[in-house]
Amino acid sequence: MKFKVLKKPPVQGYKSFLTTLFSVIIALLISGAFLMLVDVNPISAYKDMLIESLGSFYGLTETLVKTTPLILCGLGVAVAFRMQLWNIGAEGQLYMGAFGASLVALHLNVESHFVMITLMFLSSIFFGGLWALIPGALKAIYNVNETIVTLLMNYIAILWVDFLVYGAWKDPKGFNFPLSAEFSSAARLSEYFDTRLHTGFFIALVCALIVYLLIEKTIWGYEIKVIGSNSKAAAYAGINIKKNIMLVMFISGALSAIAGFSELAGVQHRLQHAISPGYGYTAIIIAWLAKRSALGVVLVSFLMGVLFVGGDSMQIYYQLPVAMVSVFQGLILFSLIVAEFFKEHKIIMVKQQ
Amino acid sequence: MKKFFLLFATAIFLSLAFSGFAKEIKAGFIYVGPVGDGGWTYAHDLGRKEMEKLPFVGKSTYIESVPEGSDAERVITSLAKKGHNLIFTTSFGFMDPTINVAKRFKNVVFMHCSGYKTAENVGTYFGRMYEPRYLSGIIAGSMTKSNIIGYVAAFPIPEVIRGINAFTLGVRSVNKDAVVKVVWTQTWFDPGTERNAAESLLDVGADVLAMHQDTPATLQAAENRGKYVIGYNSDMRSYAPKGFLTAPVWNWGAIYKYVAQKVNDGTWKSEQIWWGMDKGAVTLAPISDKVPAEVVKKVMTAKEDIINGKFQVFTGPIKDQSGKLVLEEGKTFTDGELLGMNFFVEGVQGNLNN
Repeated sequence: MKFKVLKKPPVQGYKSFLTTLFSVIIALLISGAFLMLVDVNPISAYKDMLIESLGSFYGLTETLVKTTPLILCGLGVAVAFRMQLWNIGAEGQLYMGAFGASLVALHLNVESHFVMITLMFLSSIFFGGLWALIPGALKAIYNVNETIVTLLMNYIAILWVDFLVYGAWKDPKGFNFPLSAEFSSAARLSEYFDTRLHTGFFIALVCALIVYLLIEKTIWGYEIKVIGSNSKAAAYAGINIKKNIMLVMFISGALSAIAGFSELAGVQHRLQHAISPGYGYTAIIIAWLAKRSALGVVLVSFLMGVLFVGGDSMQIYYQLPVAMVSVFQGLILFSLIVAEFFKEHKIIMVKQQ
Repeated sequence: MKKFFLLFATAIFLSLAFSGFAKEIKAGFIYVGPVGDGGWTYAHDLGRKEMEKLPFVGKSTYIESVPEGSDAERVITSLAKKGHNLIFTTSFGFMDPTINVAKRFKNVVFMHCSGYKTAENVGTYFGRMYEPRYLSGIIAGSMTKSNIIGYVAAFPIPEVIRGINAFTLGVRSVNKDAVVKVVWTQTWFDPGTERNAAESLLDVGADVLAMHQDTPATLQAAENRGKYVIGYNSDMRSYAPKGFLTAPVWNWGAIYKYVAQKVNDGTWKSEQIWWGMDKGAVTLAPISDKVPAEVVKKVMTAKEDIINGKFQVFTGPIKDQSGKLVLEEGKTFTDGELLGMNFFVEGVQGNLNN
């Protein structure tokens, strides 16, 4: 007896939704069994998770704060995936964006909020875009594998930021702790409703809209898709592949860089070690689940935000170990990915001859 | 009917009055690592449990493995919103988030571990770990044969640098030829990286290891190679039954009980607690019987002198790595200078710029 995996025509419409729903329910059942083992009622645990992340105005704004960098990095990765460019360097590009924003915030003395924020924004795009352009150019000119290069450049970017906060940019008033000075009020994004919800969230939504329009509604977007699905055909059609590889990588890096800018100007207000708990890596799953669509990225990022913020409640109310929360989050993600797989594949049994 | 009403009113009045007296403390703890790390967070959790034994302290809540970025603020807020009236944030990276949340919850008391920012309702606490570190240095300096002592350290921040310097002063007080080699791991909690760093030190001939990390990985590495090792955070002898010499350890319970008492009495005021061995916030774990009696005696004498205030660890003359005199004979550092320490003393082999 052997098993064989076969491709099948993708499941569409409500059936696709049902497949996803079914696999999430299985994940909930499995983690529910774990919860019952430690004497926690799974129904109330799930309910509290939703209340924590969506049940109050404050919880909702916190979920949106968490969603913001995920949307931006997710867009960055998705744009590159469109062209079959496996940019997994969103984390490093986020750090370079944070570096660019801090460079302006810490060294330019500008009173005007608008001018300051604009300069920080442009600077972060410049450095993050350039950071992604390096593997882009290597790919375009020498056909160097962009997956490896982008991954390794993450470490360089993170260590570069460490180098600065442990050295030249260390706050002189900070007792030698590895933190930059705090940003002036001109360099901080506005917050709303007495919560942490900041302008970065709206910037992320605008970026999603722009990416959507660029990819779906312009000729250039069509070219990108053609290159992604069949680069030979694209070359015959006279599309400049090298130029587009570099351009797409720049845009991809710039989007993740905006996440770095938004985290610093909107939430953290200074450069420090470990500014991101891995948003750039989560973004890879997001882009994949969103099927590289800009609006899908927004939706999936929001669901991730709910999952992360809601996870807090499992620790607070039930004193569950954090490993349990991670297992739960992992199960949900795993089930989503399995559902995607079964929408396009089927497994059949083959009798051995 | 009237009587009944009167009785009812009295009952309500009494219960209100009593609830005013019996103001229970509901404490929340934010941990940077898992409680099972066997080190830093584990030691805090022991302190939390000890505090819970106080009669006026209710069941406390802890949240483990909270990242030191934007997530911390949300988690701290969440605890404050759910009725916790005393919140401990137990890692340096929680400083800004603690201050930010405290602005919104004026009647919650916040205590931040190891930072320098305070507010009306935010105090800080820490221990003078450099005191037992010095004592453990005396033991390391006496036990080494190769005169190379390895030190696995997390980040070049003042707390860690102070510990390395005090340790080296202890080593040098008994052994002028020994050097302390420092390797940075750039992480608090990563058993794999810590272990690699420890092995690299053993490879260059270190025969006693010390460390400033959150996990016992260094101890396991030393035990594997049959070398001596000094733990940190909590008594880690179970991780290296043969090679374990001693460990400078935290006793957070002393500080937690003090704070809870003050809050309960209504006399709590924002302060910066920095307790040493005299108040029991830090100490040296029992010394292994492999250490000769005369060394133990030296350690015990130094310990008493520190507790009695007769001796301060950082007393001149102290030279830095380049041999330049940084503290003249007979002088001592102020607390401010200790808290911002950013140089290595003579005898340390390592680089502060990583």
